[in-house]
Amino acid sequence: MKKSVIITDKLTKRFGAFTAVDAITFEVTQGEIFGFLGANGAGKTTAMRMLCGLLHPTNGRAEVAGFDVFRQREKIKQHIGYMSQRFSLYEDLTVRENIRLYGGIYGLKTNELKTKSDTLINRLGLNEEANKLVRSLPLGWRQKLAFSVAILHEPSIVFLDEPTGGVDPVTRRQFWDMIYETANAGITVFVTTHYMDEAEYCNRVSIMVDGRIEALDSPTGLKKTFSADSMDEVFIQLARKATRND
Amino acid sequence: MKQFLAFVTKEFYHILRDRRTLFFMFGLPVVQILLFGFALSNEIKNASIAILDQSKDESTQALITRLDASRYFTIIKTLHHNNEIESVFRRGEVKLVVVFPANFRQELLHTNATQVQLVADATDTNTATTIANYAASIIRQYQDELLNEQKLPYTIRVENSMLYNPQLKSAYNFVPGVMAMILMLLSALMTSVAIVREKEMGTMEVLLVSPMQPLMVVFTKAIPYLVLSFVNVIIILILSVTLLEMPINGSLTLLLLECLLFIFTSLALGLLISSATHSQQVAMFISLVGLMLPTIIFSGFMFPIENMPKILQIISNAVPARWFYEIVKSIMIKGLGIDAIWRETLILLGMTVFFMGVATARFKVRLEG
Repeated sequence: MKKSVIITDKLTKRFGAFTAVDAITFEVTQGEIFGFLGANGAGKTTAMRMLCGLLHPTNGRAEVAGFDVFRQREKIKQHIGYMSQRFSLYEDLTVRENIRLYGGIYGLKTNELKTKSDTLINRLGLNEEANKLVRSLPLGWRQKLAFSVAILHEPSIVFLDEPTGGVDPVTRRQFWDMIYETANAGITVFVTTHYMDEAEYCNRVSIMVDGRIEALDSPTGLKKTFSADSMDEVFIQLARKATRND
Repeated sequence: MKQFLAFVTKEFYHILRDRRTLFFMFGLPVVQILLFGFALSNEIKNASIAILDQSKDESTQALITRLDASRYFTIIKTLHHNNEIESVFRRGEVKLVVVFPANFRQELLHTNATQVQLVADATDTNTATTIANYAASIIRQYQDELLNEQKLPYTIRVENSMLYNPQLKSAYNFVPGVMAMILMLLSALMTSVAIVREKEMGTMEVLLVSPMQPLMVVFTKAIPYLVLSFVNVIIILILSVTLLEMPINGSLTLLLLECLLFIFTSLALGLLISSATHSQQVAMFISLVGLMLPTIIFSGFMFPIENMPKILQIISNAVPARWFYEIVKSIMIKGLGIDAIWRETLILLGMTVFFMGVATARFKVRLEG
C-alpha cells in the first residue's frame, strides 16, 4: 500500500454566498498521475490553489505532502512544484539563468544547483542553447524546460495547470513521456487538462461539476460506469449536468 | 538570503535587457535636465536695450557700462529724447529702455535718493518682468558698492529685488522639479509596470507557489528601482552642478537622504498602483495621469502655487512632489538645514508610511487569500 500524499476531507471554499468548491473528498497516492478534470468554472482552479497553499480554505480538512493546508502553507510550498499553462519562464533570461533563479528561490545550494543545471541541460539536449534567451526557444522546448524547472527541487508533488495548452500533438506526446518518467521516479503528478486523450494517460481521473467531484476512478473504470467508449463521452455526460455558468 | 539574491539578480537582468526600460532609466534624466536646463530655459541672454541718459554723469556712465558688460543685455541704441522711446518699441528694436533722469548723480549725492525708470515691452510679460528684474538687480549691486565706499546711505529706488536667485536663473527652479518628476516616473511607474508585468505573464503565480513570502516577492521587485533611482539622483546632481552651474548650498548628505525618502514615497505609490491593476497599460496610465500630471502641475516648478485658486492650492498639499520640491529648493539654493524643513520632511514621511501601509494591506488580501 503506497502512502497518500494528498488527502482532502470535505474541503470547501466559499466566496461570499458562492460555493466555489463544495466539500470535495479524495486521496492521491505517491507516484500517481492524477487527472483533475472539469469544465471552466467548475472549481478546479480554486481547489488547486487551496492545495498549493495559495488560498485559505473555508471549511474541511486537507493535507498536502503531509502538511496541513490551513496552518502549514509555507511548508507545503517547499514540497511542491508548479507549472502553469503559460510555462512561467522568464523570456528575457537565458535557459541557465532561469534554472539558477528557480534553484535560488527554492534555496538549493550553489554546488548542488550547478550540478543539477548541468545535468538538466544535458538531458534536455540544450547544451547549445544554455546561454540563449528563453524567448528564442521553440514552444515545445520551453514547455519541457518549464516542467524540468518545476521539479528541480525534487518536490513530492508537482501540480500542472493545463500544461499542454497550445502545443502540437507530437510535442504533447513527448511531454507525457516526461510525466511518466517523473511519476516513475516517485513524484506525484497532479494535472488539470482539457484534452480528453490526455485524461486517458492518467492513472486516475476526477471530474468536477459545479464545485463537487462527480466521478473519480481510473479511465477504464469511468468508461465502464458511464457505459461510454471514450473519456470524451464520460466528460460530456457529466458536464451536461452543470447548472452554473462561468 | 540566497532567495533574495537570486531574485534581485533576475530583476536587474530584466532592466538591463529591456532597451525601453534602460532608456527610461538613464536616457530620460539626461535629456530632461538638458532640455529644461538649456532649451526650455526662460532665462534671457543678450536682450537688446536702449539707454536714455538725461544726466550723463559719472554714476550713469558707470551703470551703463555695467549693463552693457552683463551677458543679459546689449545696448544697441542711445536715445536723446523722451519721445524716441515709443518709436523704438514700435519698431521692436529693443525690449527695455533704461531712463536716467537729469541730475542723477547730484540727487544721489545730495538727497541720497534718486530714481531709474525701466520701461519694458510688456507684450511678452514674462520676458518683460525677467529683464526688468535683471536690470534692477544690476542697479542694486551698484548701489551696494557705493554704500561700501561712502558713509552716507545712498539709495537708488528700484522696484524688485530677487532673493536667492539674483540672476533669476531658471535652472534653479527646474532642477528640483525635474528631480521630482524623474523620481516619480522611475520609482512609481517602472515599479508598478514591472510588478503588473509578472501578473500578466503568469510568472507571478509561480513565484507565489514558491516558498518565497508573497510580500517579499513584491518588495524585492522594488529594490532594483530603488538603487537605480538613487544612481539617477546622483547623475542629475552631477549634471546640474557641472552643466547648469547649480549650487548645492546646503548639506549634501541631507539632500541625498531627502531624495531617498522621496524615492520611498514614489515606490510606495508604485506598489499601491500595482496592487490595484492587472494590466501594464492601466498601470502606466494611472502612473502618468494620476502621478506625473499632478507632479508637473502642483509641485510648483512650472506654475507657482501662490497664483493658483484657493481650491487648487489645497489640492496641491496632497501631492508629495510639492513637499519634495520645497525641500530640494531649500537645501540646494537657500542652503537651509533640517531645522527649516522638518515639517515638509515629516509630511513626506507620513505619506510614505500611509501609502506603504495601504499597499501592503491590499497585497496581503490579494496574494495570501
